[in-house]
This record gives sequence, C-alpha cells and structure tokens, in this order.
Amino acid sequence: MNKEFVPRITSFLCKWCSYTGADLAGTSRLQYSASIIPIQVMCSSRVDPVFLLKAYLSGSDGVLLGGCHPGDCHYETGNYHTRRRFAIVREVFESLGLESDRLRLSWISASEGPKFARIANEFTEEIRLLGENPTRKSIFL
Amino acid sequence: MNVTAKLRETIRELFSADKVDVFLAWEEGSLPMSSTPLFITDGAQADRAIFDPRCGNNLSVYFTKDSRQFRGKRVGIAVKGCDARSLVLNIQENQVLRDMVVIVGVPCNGVIDGKKIRRRTGGKQVTEVMENGDSVTLKGPEFSITLDRSEVLSSSCLRCVHPDATEYDVFLGEARAEVGNENRRKALDEVEALSSAQRWERTRKEYEKCIRCYACRNVCPSCYCSECFVDQNDPQWIGGTCDVTDTVIFHLIRNLHVAGRCVECGACARACPMDIDLLLLNLKTAEEIKKRFGDTAGIRIDGRPVMAEFREDEKQEFIMG
Repeated sequence: MNKEFVPRITSFLCKWCSYTGADLAGTSRLQYSASIIPIQVMCSSRVDPVFLLKAYLSGSDGVLLGGCHPGDCHYETGNYHTRRRFAIVREVFESLGLESDRLRLSWISASEGPKFARIANEFTEEIRLLGENPTRKSIFL
Repeated sequence: MNVTAKLRETIRELFSADKVDVFLAWEEGSLPMSSTPLFITDGAQADRAIFDPRCGNNLSVYFTKDSRQFRGKRVGIAVKGCDARSLVLNIQENQVLRDMVVIVGVPCNGVIDGKKIRRRTGGKQVTEVMENGDSVTLKGPEFSITLDRSEVLSSSCLRCVHPDATEYDVFLGEARAEVGNENRRKALDEVEALSSAQRWERTRKEYEKCIRCYACRNVCPSCYCSECFVDQNDPQWIGGTCDVTDTVIFHLIRNLHVAGRCVECGACARACPMDIDLLLLNLKTAEEIKKRFGDTAGIRIDGRPVMAEFREDEKQEFIMG
C-alpha cells in the first residue's frame, strides 16, 4: 500500500507572537500546511529541551519552536535565552543521529500571519523530503 | 610540609581564629584506597583530615543537596580545581553566600578511579599502595601489580584543564591557572570526526548500559532541582524501563540541564556502577558553549552562569525564515 506521507510537525508557539501570528494566518484565511500541530506556551523560553526530545521520540517528524523577534519578547529577554539554549540543543541532539534540520526555531511576530503560513509550508516541504521520523518505525529505539 | 599537613594546620588556624563553624574535608576511608567526606566542627579533630589522590569526592555537593544543615553557619571547605568551579557556580546561582564560606584550595594532580583499579586487579582487595613518580604499585594478599598513573586516574582528571581552584581564600601551595590538555582535545576530535549515524551508534552503546540508578544525578553538585524531570509523573516525560529508548532521554536531557553548568569534575562517571563514559557528551557541550559564547562554567565568580546570560547580537544561523 502506497500511502502519501503526511508529516506531523509539533509546534511550540509563544502566546504573544507566534501563536497570535498563526491566529492571524487563520483569520486572514491563508492556506497553510495542516501538518502543523500548534501548542501554545507562554514564552518560547518556557520550552524545556525535554519537550523537544519527547515530541521527537513520540513520533513527530519535525519540531518547530516559534518565538517573538529578538527585542520584542513580552517578557523582554525570554527569546534571547531560547536562542542560546536552542543552539546547544541542536548540538546535543546530533548525538541522537537526528538530522538537526528536523528541529527548527523561527521568529514570527503577531503581525506576521503570511510569514507563519510560509514557514509552515516550507518546513512541511523540507520534512516531506527528509521522510518519516525513523523512530516511528520501531517501538523501541 | 605535605598537603595533608598543611591542610590540617589551616583547619586548626581557621578554628582558633573563629572563622568557621564547620569544615568540610576528606578522611581515611574504611577500606584501603578509599576516602570518606569529613565534617569537622572542632579544631581538635583537624588531624583526621587528609588530602591525596584518593580524595575524589566533590564536597561542594553538600551545599546543594542537603544545605539546611549549614543554615547560618560559616563553612570552610577544601576544594580541588573542579570542586572550586562547582562552588563558584553554586555562588553564581545563589545557592551559597560567598561571605559564608572559606575556600581552601588544594593542589591536585588528579584523583584515582576505584573502578579502574578493580578492573585491573580483578576485584582483589588492595591493602597497600606505593606511588613512585609516574607509576603506582598496588599490593594485596598474594599479588602485586605496577601500573602507570594514567591507568588509575579518573578519566575526568586525564582531560582536566583547571587542576587548581580559581577562587579561594587560602591556597595550600602555588595555584596553577588553566593548563593545556591534549587528551581533552583528542577526545573531542574523536567525537567530532564521527558521522551522524556513528554518533548515534556510540550514544546507543554507552547508554544501553544504564540501569537508571540515578547515582550520576545524585552525586552531581549542579543537579539540585527539588523534583527532577525523571521523577515527575504528570506529565511523565520518560518511561520507567532501562531500555535505551528511556535511558537516552534521561542522559541527553540531563546533559542539557547541566549545559554550561557542568564543571567536569567526573563525580558522575566515578559514581556510575555500569562504567558509562558520562563525561564525553558534557565535554562536547562545554566546548560548543565556549566556542559560541566564550565562557566556561564556574570560572568567574562575578556575573551569571553562561546559559542564563545572553548577548543581543549572537550568531543565529539556525533560525528559519
């Protein structure tokens, strides 16, 4: 049976910017990939590395983390901490043999509905090319 | 005067000048080649303190794991280079008040790893140890074995770049600054040369051994959350088995939680009953942090830990869109 591969992308979006941006994309009636599964968090820096790893090992083909642009954080500095942490998370996840392209961070502001739609489509396409999350095929790693 | 004698003298002086209420050091363990943490509350007990390559325990762990016992007390502590870095980190993170501790640095040339010795002697009991320059002779009933120092030293010590304390009130001897270490570079180069699949193979091989005893976490001075993510059950982040599916979550996330906070004291690797090379991943992370953010855990006493800091103009080549 040859079923078309539809990626599943868990997205952690910050309440103040990225989630609102996604909302704007929706209310503007923009078409974007249905692969994105949004989860609202209060700030992108609230996302502990364990969220990302858990999402990946639970079968997400990609994990997207969305936050405010640098300087725009509702809590002033949250996204700067996210950025620093994310650089290290990518590094460590490599020891999993995980293509770090499956793990992305993006800055999307509340007014960037079209950007959200574009990122969603681009990331879905990238993941489609990478193929299914290899850990999905087995119950145990 | 050897280091032990100097240490005892310093402890006596600190108590007679009424500068400390309690002093943390090491004492002779109950078995040969072992030492035990020692809490001194009276200058007369100073002669129990020792310092030699057996004293592997990172004593600053007591400030974060059971700190209530020190409430309102002035604490003196004997530290090796790595222990001092732990302490500096704890001070940065407001777990210890700098005014309440008297830091006594001891010159360290590495500590032994009991597991390595047990492997070489086949678990036979060692009753006598003789150090002779770069070789160590171990003697027990009906056997005698001579090893190179590098064969018995803890692997963290073989890769050490900060042998002596960077922050201290008293130093017993001459404190060395950062030293170069080719073993460290070699270990890093080896990891960096691996392809992504080889890396996963290596990760898997190491963490498959884990039996989830959490000794590494419990002995780590940087791991002090009152509730660790592995113990949370709502949400449950990690399954309960010893399969690599679960152990890898524990180790990778622990590594990320101590990223920029690990001082490479090697307490985790020495505590590990399964002989996992726990430090290698931390080494890699520390190197990346140094490369990107130009800071190393536990060196500066002023300022904040590296992962709690940021610069507005940091490199962000991985950002999408």
